[in-house]
Amino acid sequence: MGNLNTIFQRELMSYFATPLAYIFVVIFLITNGIFTFDLGGFFIRGQADLLPFFGFHPWLYLFMVPAIAMTLWADERKTGTIELLLTLPVRLSDVVLGKFLAAWVLTGIALLLTFPIWVTVNYLGDPDNGVILAAYIGSWFMAGGFLAIGSCMSACTKNSVIAFILTVTICFVFVLLGSPILLNAFPAWVPQFLVDAFSAMGFLTHFDSISKGVLDIRDFLFFAVFIAAWLLASAIVIEMKKAN
Amino acid sequence: MIEIENLTKKFDQFVAVDDLSFTVKEGEVLGFLGPNGAGKSTTMKVITGFLAPTGGSVTIDGFDITNNPIEAKSLIGYLPEGAPSYGDMTTIDFLRFIAKVRGYQGEEIEQRVNHAIKEVALDSVTQQTIETLSKGFKRRVGLAQAIMHDPKVLILDEPTDGLDPNQKHHVRELIKNLAKDKIVIISTHILEEVTAVCSRAIIIAEGKIVADGTPAELESRSRYHQAVSVRLSAEYDLAADLTNVAAVSSVEKVEDADLTYTIIANDGQSIFSQVSEIAQNQHWPVTEFHVERGQLEDVFRTVTQQAEGA
Repeated sequence: MGNLNTIFQRELMSYFATPLAYIFVVIFLITNGIFTFDLGGFFIRGQADLLPFFGFHPWLYLFMVPAIAMTLWADERKTGTIELLLTLPVRLSDVVLGKFLAAWVLTGIALLLTFPIWVTVNYLGDPDNGVILAAYIGSWFMAGGFLAIGSCMSACTKNSVIAFILTVTICFVFVLLGSPILLNAFPAWVPQFLVDAFSAMGFLTHFDSISKGVLDIRDFLFFAVFIAAWLLASAIVIEMKKAN
Repeated sequence: MIEIENLTKKFDQFVAVDDLSFTVKEGEVLGFLGPNGAGKSTTMKVITGFLAPTGGSVTIDGFDITNNPIEAKSLIGYLPEGAPSYGDMTTIDFLRFIAKVRGYQGEEIEQRVNHAIKEVALDSVTQQTIETLSKGFKRRVGLAQAIMHDPKVLILDEPTDGLDPNQKHHVRELIKNLAKDKIVIISTHILEEVTAVCSRAIIIAEGKIVADGTPAELESRSRYHQAVSVRLSAEYDLAADLTNVAAVSSVEKVEDADLTYTIIANDGQSIFSQVSEIAQNQHWPVTEFHVERGQLEDVFRTVTQQAEGA
């Protein structure tokens, strides 16, 4: 536990030691604003909820989260610090988890800083704050899912740009899996259970129900298991590819 | 004590470390030598638990590096090749991070960090980010990190690579001071370093041990062992005077030096007294006259090339 915390702190501090964290947060807030008010028609809808705000999150994360995940392991490999880190008396699980949590907390901070929009909607109307809270948590869990994929892809390569592209691609697939565009594209002869299985793996399937206020523990569980699986995969990849 | 038994490391089909066995005891400073690609760094990476061995075992004070990695790693201080560290951290933050990971808490953290900083003379750069430091300072940050917890085993991969002569001297002094009750393993290309700091040297080639002994023992394997170096003030035919001495095998002119000759001994026999007697009797125009201990470089070339030719 001690080492997990030490590594978590170092990683989180290192985001703020460079402009990366600030740029990430600022761009996240700006694009969020544009998407919500402009593309989402926040005012025109005339409804006291944050659906247009949360609706764009999967697409926003698609590009922003891989940008912070890409250096997680690729840079350690590139600079050789991975050798330093993994010859210290720490468990690999502590390092994988510590790095992930630091990046996850950074996305959490960015998400929390969108609070003015919550203030706005409460000022203008009388929204269901329970739903909004659930959607915030759901959005954060989804960001965790993107990050976990990014962690694994970053472990696969020394080159952080390659890690970024791989992460965006795989995240894109998981976002699409639950979307009607892809589901309608299945030919009729594909058995329904297969289509359902694909759909169940999709981020949108779970996030949509959370953001609409349908609180089903299974949707959160999906993201939790998803994160755990990709982090496990990260650990395996790191163990296998250390030598290169 | 470090025990290495039948250690093998393969990368796909390539055998980097081939059935290596040796033990190192407290107080020994082991120089690990070998040509580039001989498996020095790979061996160190396996000993420190970074890479898993393909076969065989590494035991540090009874802890197996594969089965008890945390306990074994706690005993080791390691400076990886190139002294990697987190460039965006300041020296002091980086060392504090290492101290915390090494399990120190509260007051102890500052104590250990300050001790390490003093030991390698980093006082002037504690607040600078590591990426802005010179190569020498970066190397010292790596050393400070490695000696932080006063480890029983210190493993240094090319600790003086890229340092200027003063810094090299400083690092060697540091290693000598640290070595008293520890095990130190250093890998190096620089053979003078082995004579300067090591109590034992292992030469490996193609993943195998080709020589193991004290630097003096290894030097005695050289064809220059017991050879006599002579520097003359005028031309003189030394070989003619020495034809009757059985212990002398040949006389060679030293390249790049005028009027300097090496008289090679047969099988490392002592020829100094015989040669000096002849020199006096025949009135050689001598300005310099001394016995060679043997050249480590010569031994290094011979044993590693034999291994590569085999």
